[in-house]
Formats: sequence, structure tokens, C-alpha cells
Amino acid sequence: MASITIQSITKTFGTVPVLHDIDLSIADGEFVVLVGPSGCGKSTLLRMIAGLEDITGGEIRIDGRRINEVAPKDRDIAMVFQSYALYPHMTVADNMSYSLKLRKTARERIAEAVGAAAGKLGLDPLLERRPKALSGGQRQRVAMGRAIVRHPKAFLFDEPLSNLDARLREQMRAEIKRLHKAIGATSVYVTHDQIEAMTLADRIVAMHGGIIQQVGNPLDLYDRPANLFVAGFIGSPAMNFVDGHCRSGAIETDDGSRIAVPGGIDLAEGQAVTVGIRPEHVRIVAGSGAGSYTARVDLVEPTGFGTIVHVRLLGQDLKIYTLERGAAEVGEPLHIALDGDRLHVFDRETTNRIG
Amino acid sequence: MTRKRIVLTVLHRLAILAYVAFALFPLFWLLKVSVTPTSLLYTEGIRLWPSRASLEHYAFVLTHSSFPTFFLNSTIVSASTAVIVTIVAALAGYAMSRFVFRGKYWIVGLLLLTQMFPLVMLIAPMFKMLSPLGLTNSLTGLVIVYVAFNVPFATFLMQSFFDGIPKDLEDAAMIDGATRFTAFRQIILPLTLPGIAATLGFVFTAAWSELLFALMLISGNQATTFPVGLLSFVSKFSVDFGQMMAAGVLALIPACLFFLLIQRYLVQGLTAGAVKG
Amino acid sequence: MTFYPAAAPPDGDRRTAKQKIAAYLEPWLYSAPVLILIVAIMLVPLALGISYAFRDIRLLNPFSGAFVGLKHFRELAGDGAFRGALVNTLWWTFSSVILQFLFGLILALLLNRPFRGRALAQALCFLPWAVPSFLSGLDWAWMFNPVVGPIPHWLYALGILSEPSNILSDPETAMWGPIVANVWWGIPFFAITMLAALQAIPKDLYEAAEIDGAGPIERFRSITVPFLAPTMAISILLRTVWIANFADLIIVMTNGGPADRTQIVASYIFTQAFRRLDFGYASAIALVLLVLLLAYSMLIVVLRQTMLTRH
Ligand SMILES: Nc1ncnc2c1ncn2[C@@H]1O[C@H](COP(=O)(O)OP(=O)(O)O)[C@@H](O)[C@H]1O
Ligand SMILES: [Mg+2]
Repeated sequence: MASITIQSITKTFGTVPVLHDIDLSIADGEFVVLVGPSGCGKSTLLRMIAGLEDITGGEIRIDGRRINEVAPKDRDIAMVFQSYALYPHMTVADNMSYSLKLRKTARERIAEAVGAAAGKLGLDPLLERRPKALSGGQRQRVAMGRAIVRHPKAFLFDEPLSNLDARLREQMRAEIKRLHKAIGATSVYVTHDQIEAMTLADRIVAMHGGIIQQVGNPLDLYDRPANLFVAGFIGSPAMNFVDGHCRSGAIETDDGSRIAVPGGIDLAEGQAVTVGIRPEHVRIVAGSGAGSYTARVDLVEPTGFGTIVHVRLLGQDLKIYTLERGAAEVGEPLHIALDGDRLHVFDRETTNRIG
Repeated sequence: MTRKRIVLTVLHRLAILAYVAFALFPLFWLLKVSVTPTSLLYTEGIRLWPSRASLEHYAFVLTHSSFPTFFLNSTIVSASTAVIVTIVAALAGYAMSRFVFRGKYWIVGLLLLTQMFPLVMLIAPMFKMLSPLGLTNSLTGLVIVYVAFNVPFATFLMQSFFDGIPKDLEDAAMIDGATRFTAFRQIILPLTLPGIAATLGFVFTAAWSELLFALMLISGNQATTFPVGLLSFVSKFSVDFGQMMAAGVLALIPACLFFLLIQRYLVQGLTAGAVKG
Repeated sequence: MTFYPAAAPPDGDRRTAKQKIAAYLEPWLYSAPVLILIVAIMLVPLALGISYAFRDIRLLNPFSGAFVGLKHFRELAGDGAFRGALVNTLWWTFSSVILQFLFGLILALLLNRPFRGRALAQALCFLPWAVPSFLSGLDWAWMFNPVVGPIPHWLYALGILSEPSNILSDPETAMWGPIVANVWWGIPFFAITMLAALQAIPKDLYEAAEIDGAGPIERFRSITVPFLAPTMAISILLRTVWIANFADLIIVMTNGGPADRTQIVASYIFTQAFRRLDFGYASAIALVLLVLLLAYSMLIVVLRQTMLTRH
């Protein structure tokens, strides 16, 4: 088990900068998820930790030891690839034992370790098969098994569930979490799927354009997104954004509606802001009253558990997520209230959170 | 509509049949003459099959001529060429497929250049270079020359096979504890085996067919390869058609065997530099 | 008072010079054998060959070797056989390429539709490609030989020949012999490349076009041809250069004769070097051929550029 320290890491491919000054400390046993849209540099950062990419600038330490110049094979880490990267010409057992064989582990120890890992993942009946004869979910398990047999210092996952169908993905997600609880190994997990990030992470690192946008535990990122990017990225359906300016103590939106400034936020007169409100925090109220808005329902999307209602409001296609069925009919008017303490206000200039 | 369909289908099959006949007829004729006894060759003219077939020409060629030696020489030259080329091309093809490095485009350019210029240009200087080294009239000399001629094309071919193997596999192996070279040996090479077999086949066939350099560089019977032997046989005894064609059929056998081996990879082979005819 | 500089970020790469050089050299180590072979056994002779073009090098004359400047090229200018070979080269190259291409394309189209036994038919049609070129030449020479071959008799029966004679020994028709052998041998090359290109065309394009009401000819014109065009262009260009250099069939079937009527530049070079052992003159001809081929390749590149810019 090990801690990982990433200090001032930069990466350029040729002349194209991909990562800018990344700083991150990962504690022993922590499960950290790197999340961000595709192309933001998550895989590159992970591969630098693994030793598969050169480090342009900065330093990575594992357990305090600088590993920039250490070959991947000497870093004692394991990695699960999106493509699984199972060796097609080896059986499942050989795939899992390859790393131990390279380390000249005694044969009995190898059998023991493979047996234990196979037991944990339910791979026992598959040990003599070739990867070609496995289903997608089974291949994924083998890739996991290959990682856990040798008790590495850290696990790296690069979008390990992206190639599975939705149901299997959910199942494996839970399984990975359970495994982590059981093994307790330091893990860095890359995904573009914010649900995976929320459900798995001890700590989420949200990245965008090669820059870390916010680091924090999942609920922090949900409750207090540090900037517009994180606010829009975390949460589904995505947060509603309304542009406006501060005018005489309230936020006047571009279509002339006014939103009260939430408590504890200081805005300069005329300051350009974006107000964010999650669809699940828009309340549908019985009748029009002070601080409520009235809008016509545009579209209703039932999801089974809840319903997404689209209304035309504040110059926006505003989404509302409600658990009440039949709360809205297309074409009917709807009364809506916004709770001040559920609003997020961002400076439009810097895109950073205010307050 | 269905009438038209049927007519079209029949025409299609007839056209295919015509092509197959065109492709096979010269080979069939070779076989036919080789089993026609000399006594019947002139009397039976252009009959499709002789009234009496015999293997007398084969027996003669195998026992009373130098063709077995030629055959052996050609086999040694072609097999050594194929093995050396494949090893060397596998290394270079791997570098071209897996490394990004300055100079790579120069190497590609150089390899392509060797495919564009007329090889006959090299016949005279090659002779002048090899003769003081004692490499004319020797199988070793031929192997050296053939290796160089086939290496560019084989490199492109091997590169295309390596390109087909995901890079993740090596990354996984290196994380599992392998050096790059171990990953190359234990993971990538086994997966490239079909490609390696195909490359061996392509190079073998190419070396087996080479005529002009062998003609120039070899003059004694000791090191004569099959094409040279057959050609000089033709110019010396140009009436023994049965024997010549029996020898021709023998030359065809390894080519056909290797054709079976590489059949699946023809497309890759032909596009890998579009060189070997 | 002391000033501390702001902590500079740690440098990313602290490998020793030796490690860096090793990493830099790794791809070169893998490529080294190939590079050495090509330089030593192709480029050095190439350079030597170019130098021979300006020297008097005859194998049987131990006193030859002197620098003679442009003498060979002046001789070449007055060499009727060389001029004939140039014309023959054009004739040989273009008729071979065009016929190989046309029949190869037709064969590819025929093989592109599924039918029972297709794999076998395909293997048989491609088999000539595996026949060693010298053997193809000999085989066809025998086919044209009235003593053992059927072709003269067929041509006579069809009334094309007045008597069953060997077309290879008639200066008027001799060139057709190697061309036919070359076409037979080279059709598979085009058929294989075209078939691969055909099979890479998405099938739903044809279905969409059919739904839109396009007939088979219209579908061929508006889908097949544009998709095949790049493959066609590249393979024809490469093949042209290759066939222009391809002397085996001619050496085997006619040796340039009768009366030099089948002599192409490549076979002329071989004859000068191999039969007359005049390496200097052979190299001068080779240099001219090289320049012509380079000019042809340049022309193609330029044509391509102008075509690309016009679009
Ligand atoms: N080997 C490479 N050469 C050049 N650019 C690369 C290379 N690998 C990745 N990139 C670029 O770096 C950026 C980040 O890539 P990556 O880390 O794979 O993103 P992510 O995993 O977040 O989707 C992308 O813009 C990608 O195009
Ligand atoms: Mg990625």
C-alpha cells in the first residue's frame, strides 16, 4: 500500500500542452477518481503514474520515492485498461499469473495467489479458457483479477467499465467498490462518467482542459461546485444555468426576471453572474405567490422513478426533476419556486463560484 | 425480372469459369506435356491429354540431371533469405510501428526509394563489389543480395502486422513487470506468428523466383539455382520438352505450397509496398 | 537579509546522459540491421553504378576503368537499339498495365458478389501470381511454340495465322508474347487490390442508393468508381514503374529478339551487362532509365497536386 504524490506535473506531446501544473496527493488506501470530459488528459496523467508516458515537468512520488525515472515494471503498480489488454494467446490463469512469473515467484505461491484472486472474482470455472472465449463482463473480471493477484502498491483503472452494457457496468461498479473495501489498496480510477465518479470515489478530481478544476469528496462537488465546469459536469440531469447581472440587490436575468440574491453572497452592482440551479432543486408549488414564477410546460420526460419537466422560463429551457407523477401537463401553466439556499452563483468573468 | 436475373447469373458463372480456365490452362499444359512420353509428343499434337501418361521425364530429371542440386541450392538460398529477412524486418517493423522518433520518416522514405529504382541498375556494380570478396558464384553472395532486396518490403509488411496488435498489450506487459524487449518477445511476437509465417512465405517466393542476379552472379553448376539451371537447360537441350516441363512442374511445387500459406495475407502483402509482383 | 528564490518546480526528467542516449537509440537499434543492409547492398552499389556511367568499365578488359565523361551518353544518343528499346518500353509498359488493370478490375467485380465455391474460384484465379516469373515466361514460351504448344494451332484454326508458326519469332508480333504472359501473371495483383478496396465499400451505401432509385449502372458510377479511384490510381502508378523495370519475362521468352523488337530498356541494360560485360555502358543506360522514371514519378506528383488544388 502506498501514497502517491503528484507535484507540478506538466505534459506536452510535441509542442501541444496536455497537462498544466497538476498537484495532487493521494493518501494510502484512498480511492481517487479522475473525472472529466474525454480528451481532458485523464488517461495521460494515469499513464504517467504508471510510467507509460514520459514526464515533461514535475515529479511523481510513490511512498515518498521519486519515480520519474523508474521503469513501469519497477513501480509495483497494477493497471486495468479500457480494452482490458488481456493476452490473447494465454489462458485466463496464465494471464493472471504472468506478472508473478516475471517476478520469479515460486510456483506454489503463484497457484495460491491465482486461486485466491479467482475465488474473489468468481473466475474459477474460466481459468483454462482463452480471452476469446469469454464474454465482455468475464474479460473485465479477468483484467481485474490480473491486477489483484500480485498485491501491488497501487491500482490504476483507465475507464475499466466503458465497454460494458449499462446493467453489467452497474454490477461491476458495486463489485469494484466492494473489492476496494476488502483490499483497501490505493486506487486511481479514470472515468468520464460522473455517476461512476460519485459512487466510487473517496475523493473526486474533476479535470478539464488539462487543469484540475476541483478536488473534494463527491458530495462536496455536488453541493458546492467550485466553478461552472464542475457544476455542469456533476449531476444528472445537468444543472440549469441562467445568465444575469446584479441590479439593485437582486439578480436580473436577461429576459428581465429577478432572482433574489441568496444569503451570504456579496455582489457588486452590475456584476455579470451565472446562476445555477439543479433540476431536482426546482420546486413545483401549488399557486403563484411571492418569489414564485409561472411558466408553460414545454415537454415532459418520464424516467420511471421521476419525471423531467421542461419549461420555458428565465429565457431558458429550464429543466425540473420531480418525483411526483402527473405534476405537469404539456401546455399547462406551472408554478415554480427557487430556494435561495439551493442556488449557486458564479462569476461569469472567472466562472468561479461566489460565496 | 427473374429471367433477367437468371441470365445474369449464368453469365456471371460463365465469366468466372472463363477466368479460372485462363488462369489454369498454362499450368495444366505444363503438367500435360511433362507426363507425355516423348514418343507421343509430336504425334498427338494438341490433344488435351496424352493417350498414355508416364512419369519418365520426372524420373530422368530427378536421377540424370543436376536439377536435384539446383533444387537444393534454391531451397537453401530461399529459406535462408526468408529467415534472415523476416528476423531483420520484424525488428525494424516493430520500431516503425511502436516508436515515434525523429528520423522515422527518413527511414520510410529510404525504404520507399529502394522500391522505385530499377534493380537492373545494380547488377554491374553488385558484381564488381562481390567478386573481390569471393561472393560471386556462391550461395552466400546470393543470400546477401536477396536479403537486401526483400528487406524493405518485408519491413512494411511486418509493420502492418504489428500495427494490428493493440499497444495496450505491451503496456500491460510492462506494468506486469516485463521490459520492452521481454514484452516484444513474449507477448507481441507470439501474436504476430501468422504474420511472420506470411512474411516468410512472401520472401521465400520472391527469392525462389529471382533470375537476373542469379544469372549474373553464378556461373558454375555448384551454386546454380533452379531458375538459372532451368534456363540454361532450355538453351542447351531445347528439344527435351518433356524434361524441361517436368523440371518446371518441380519448380512450381514450393511456390504453390507457399501460396497456400500466404493466401490469406495477399492483400496485406501487396499493399505493403506494392512491390513483389 | 537573505532572499530565497521561489521554489522551482522539480524537473521532470533526471535520467543520466547515458540513460537518455540509450532511450534515444532504442528505435535505431531495432532498425539498424535493415538500414545497414540497405545502405551497404543497395545504396552503395547504386552510387557505384552512377559513377560507372561516366567510366569505361568492361569486365574482360583489365585496363579499363578510366573516367570517360559523357562518352557513353553521346554513344547512347546515336544508339538506334536504345531508341528502339525506349519505344518498346512504352509499348510494353502501357499495354501490360492497361490490360492487367482492366481484366483485374473485371475479375474483382466478378469475385465481389457471393456465390458457391467463391473461395476456391478466387484461389485458382490468383494462383498465377504465385508462379515464379521465370516459369511463367517459359511456360508461355512453350504455349506459343508450335511444336508443343496449342496456341499457334488455335490461331491458325481461327484464321488469324496463315500457318501454325511461333509468334515469338515474328518481329511484328513477338512483343505480344511477353505482354500476354505478363497480363496472365499480373491480373491477380490488380484483382487482389481492387477486391480489397471493393470489400471496404460500406454495403448500406448501395442499399441507400437502391432505395433512392439508382439502377446498377448508376450505382457503379456514383459509388463504386469514386470509392475505388484512389486505390486504382496508386496501384496503377506503382505498377507502371514496376513493369517498366521488369525484364524477366522478356529475357526468358525472347531475350530481346527477334531483331531487338522486344528489347525494353531494362532488358537492354541486362544484355549490355550480362552478355557484353560492358558495365560502363550498361550503367549509363540505367542512369537514363532512372532519370526517366524519376521524371515520370514527379509528373504524377505534380498532376496529383494540380488535381487536388482544382477540387
Ligand atoms: N501519444 C499522443 N500524442 C499526441 N497527443 C496525444 C497523445 N496521447 C494523447 N494525446 C492528446 O492528449 C489529450 C489528452 O488525452 P487523454 O489523456 O487520452 O484524454 P482522456 O483520457 O481524458 O480522454 C488529447 O487531446 C489527446 O489528443
Ligand atoms: Mg482516456
